[in-house]
Amino acid sequence: MKKELITLNINGDDHEIAVHPWRTLNEVLRDQLHLTGTKLGCATGDCGACTVLIDDQSVSSCLTLAVEVEGRKITTIEGLAPQAVANSDLENCELNPIQESFISKGAIQCGFCSPGMIMSSKFLLDHTPNPSEDEIRAGLSGNLCRCTGYNKIVDAIADAAEKLSPTE
Amino acid sequence: MSTDHNFSVVGKSLPRSDARIKAVGAAQYADDIFLPGMLYGKLLRSPVAHALIKSIDTSAAEALPGVKCVITGQDIPKIKYGNWRLVPESQDEFALAIDKVRFIGDEVAAVAALDKDSAEEAIRLIKVEYEELPGAYSVEESLADGGPVIHDEYKQDTPNISLDRKIEYGELDKAFAEADLILDDHFTVHATSHAYMEPCACVAEYDHDGRLTIWTSTQAPYFVQCLLASTMEMRENDIRVIKPFVGGGFGGKMEMRPWEFCAAFIARKLGRPVKFTLTREEELATGRRRHPMNIHSKVAFSKDGMILGKEFNVHLDGGAYNSMGPTACFLCGNFGAMLYNYPNYRYYGAHVYTNKPPAGAMRGFGAPQALFVAETQMNVAAEKLGIDPVDIRLMNAMESGDEIPGVATISSCGFKESLIKVAEMTDWREKRKNLKPGQGLGLGCYSFISGGVFNWFNTRYNFTRAEVRAFDDGTVHLMTMASDIGQGCDTVLRQILAEELGLKISDIRLTAADTAVTPQADLGTWGSRVTLMAGNAVRKAAQEIKEELFKMVSLKFDLNVIHDLRCGDGKIYPANRPDRAVAFGDAVKMAQRANRGEPIIGYGSYTPRNKGLVTPAFSFGAQVAECEVDKETGAVEVKYMTTAHDCGTPINPMSVEGQLEGSVHMGLGYALCEQFIMKEGKTLTTTFLDYKIPCAEDMPPGVSVHVDTYEPDGPFGAKEAGEGLVSPTAPAIADAVYAATGYRCMDLPLTPQKVLAGMKKI
Repeated sequence: MKKELITLNINGDDHEIAVHPWRTLNEVLRDQLHLTGTKLGCATGDCGACTVLIDDQSVSSCLTLAVEVEGRKITTIEGLAPQAVANSDLENCELNPIQESFISKGAIQCGFCSPGMIMSSKFLLDHTPNPSEDEIRAGLSGNLCRCTGYNKIVDAIADAAEKLSPTE
Repeated sequence: MSTDHNFSVVGKSLPRSDARIKAVGAAQYADDIFLPGMLYGKLLRSPVAHALIKSIDTSAAEALPGVKCVITGQDIPKIKYGNWRLVPESQDEFALAIDKVRFIGDEVAAVAALDKDSAEEAIRLIKVEYEELPGAYSVEESLADGGPVIHDEYKQDTPNISLDRKIEYGELDKAFAEADLILDDHFTVHATSHAYMEPCACVAEYDHDGRLTIWTSTQAPYFVQCLLASTMEMRENDIRVIKPFVGGGFGGKMEMRPWEFCAAFIARKLGRPVKFTLTREEELATGRRRHPMNIHSKVAFSKDGMILGKEFNVHLDGGAYNSMGPTACFLCGNFGAMLYNYPNYRYYGAHVYTNKPPAGAMRGFGAPQALFVAETQMNVAAEKLGIDPVDIRLMNAMESGDEIPGVATISSCGFKESLIKVAEMTDWREKRKNLKPGQGLGLGCYSFISGGVFNWFNTRYNFTRAEVRAFDDGTVHLMTMASDIGQGCDTVLRQILAEELGLKISDIRLTAADTAVTPQADLGTWGSRVTLMAGNAVRKAAQEIKEELFKMVSLKFDLNVIHDLRCGDGKIYPANRPDRAVAFGDAVKMAQRANRGEPIIGYGSYTPRNKGLVTPAFSFGAQVAECEVDKETGAVEVKYMTTAHDCGTPINPMSVEGQLEGSVHMGLGYALCEQFIMKEGKTLTTTFLDYKIPCAEDMPPGVSVHVDTYEPDGPFGAKEAGEGLVSPTAPAIADAVYAATGYRCMDLPLTPQKVLAGMKKI
């Protein structure tokens, strides 16, 4: 089957690419565009490591076909703090407040689930600015982590929520 | 050494030094690496559990456009490998099966192609003719008379027992004869998956200078280097193993694996880089797992609750190959007699081959199994003797200075303090009297090792080594082969170095886990060895630097020989005259001038000496689970977990907490919801929908406290944290379920069906 020529808007940049119609967004991001911040943990939509935002919805990029999301606004972990590329001075670079909270609260261990966790957190806080602990845990239920036991991730999201929209 | 140090960096909850790069998605894991001209590899795995390979036809696969290479067991050197190099006959694996497959998933062939689609298609085009053999899918089937022989080269009476271990001390028969209470129980414990989030991947490249470089998701780069060298018939120095960021391991990534061999072999054959990445389905269906065990444990008590002796018989269901089974067999015997003083003990452990995916090392390494049994029996004994479970433990508990016959002397021990602490924090005695129907409170305890002593890998190097280079700009460069796989040793080793040299974390450059440039050798990340062993090596290297620089400062200030010198705030100064300080960088410059330009480099190594065969230091702890059981459904809900533990000095308390919370997660899964459903050697639970690890909503609230001890053999008093704590959770929950329902679980996991059956509801 022939490839289709499509344009994907990822983190504000238009990428014109040729893809087979069965190619997932995750495969395009990682294998074609080398945007490897988005991980692949299971390829069956169970672990959430591949979570990205399509417009303002969080989706599993492993279950999303690339041809489906032409014309949509795709945000990956690399788009959350676009100034922070691998070679920049990360120590002195301002990140998204969610990323800062994940770092300071010890929510990152091996880091493999972190990009997906952070994208799910962004979706949660965009739609529920002051979540309860139960709402945070429910918001993370599609993201698996094997290192942390989740508690520090929950703390990080509560901390970010407070920074983004103070309750008082 | 005193415990009243005023540390400036050690003991601080600093954020991980790699957290920022991970948070922005820039951390490169093995599958994130793309090299020019790189090919994609794929493995063909056996669909049958036990069979002879009659023929393999690769012609259709080789003819497929885009396919560059197909290899089978006939193409590779006939050299077996395994981590137990000390016992060569235990090395029982070929990278690709030769003549015979022994489990569903055994690697049979490998392809490399221009793209993933072609590699997958090529795998489907390989035709393998199998002659199926009867399989053994349990210890019982494997040991039955006339059962299938899984490795034909074993000719002894019980060919499926690959090795066994015996421990015996004291007069056990006499202990049983004198006992007032004897518990005699059979337990079974099940397999679980490491379920690290990053599926294994590697990229291998062969350069024109004849050197092989492999970036691989591993816990032990040195093992991979050595075993690739032996199986590829290369010199170790011609192989460079680089550990990129690794997405968790938990014991599952500490061996050389077939995809590493195949990537290396094909890269050498074609002169092109090759990447292999496993799918989650491959990981769950065929990957290493925790050992299922059948355990027969007989314990003798006096009527006042003293342990008189124990007989511990264990059959490990090892799957098709030894993997790390020998170590699990070894350690299970030690953990069967840990925590309490067993004056008389007899252990027999046997590692049994079955036609299932091999079990290997997994967090706890024999301890979760042994301690589920041991701690359950302590709870049973307490009830039968009418003694509180806390008290029966306190009267038998190990303490500092206790000796485990032939094994070790306990140097630091906060076990009793941990027990007292959890009892206080949970209001244990009162709460146990006032439980409502369906509510339960249960206790479990643990001890664990801080790295192993027994040199089964037969390394010729020290167990760890560090090199520190000091520069006149006030910075240092730490080089170590210690491997951060997410547990945080890159941060902890920096903290140890910064503390010793009085520098800031930001003054330290780190190069780690690259066998070409980091000092030989380090055995890797397993058995909770890194903080203590690599930490000691780093400290010694730093001390060499200090010695060099102290000479300069003494000379500059014409110090009396009795003056002590200190490092702090980036300076070196006499202890009693902090105003007379020399900047660290200036001291380096002076030392270089004094040595005609020689660089200032410190080296440190660590190998345990006079520490027996098991470990230089033990951690301890206790945990109470508060549970509610739904008597209609049998579902167990853990309402609260209380933990007190002794890890010596926590180098980074936030990291220790994170490890402990992760241990509770894994312990909870082990107790309640994680299991492989298998049918005749086939794993049916091959997705995270079927293999259920706890998610954020499943985690109970809880609290953990640290009991302060100082381990004399550890860097700044530190020892193990985060691995041992995976053990007490299952016995604590099982004990709470007993209190709630009257059902005493001796067969993990504690599924709702078992709870209902135990309550005679089904």
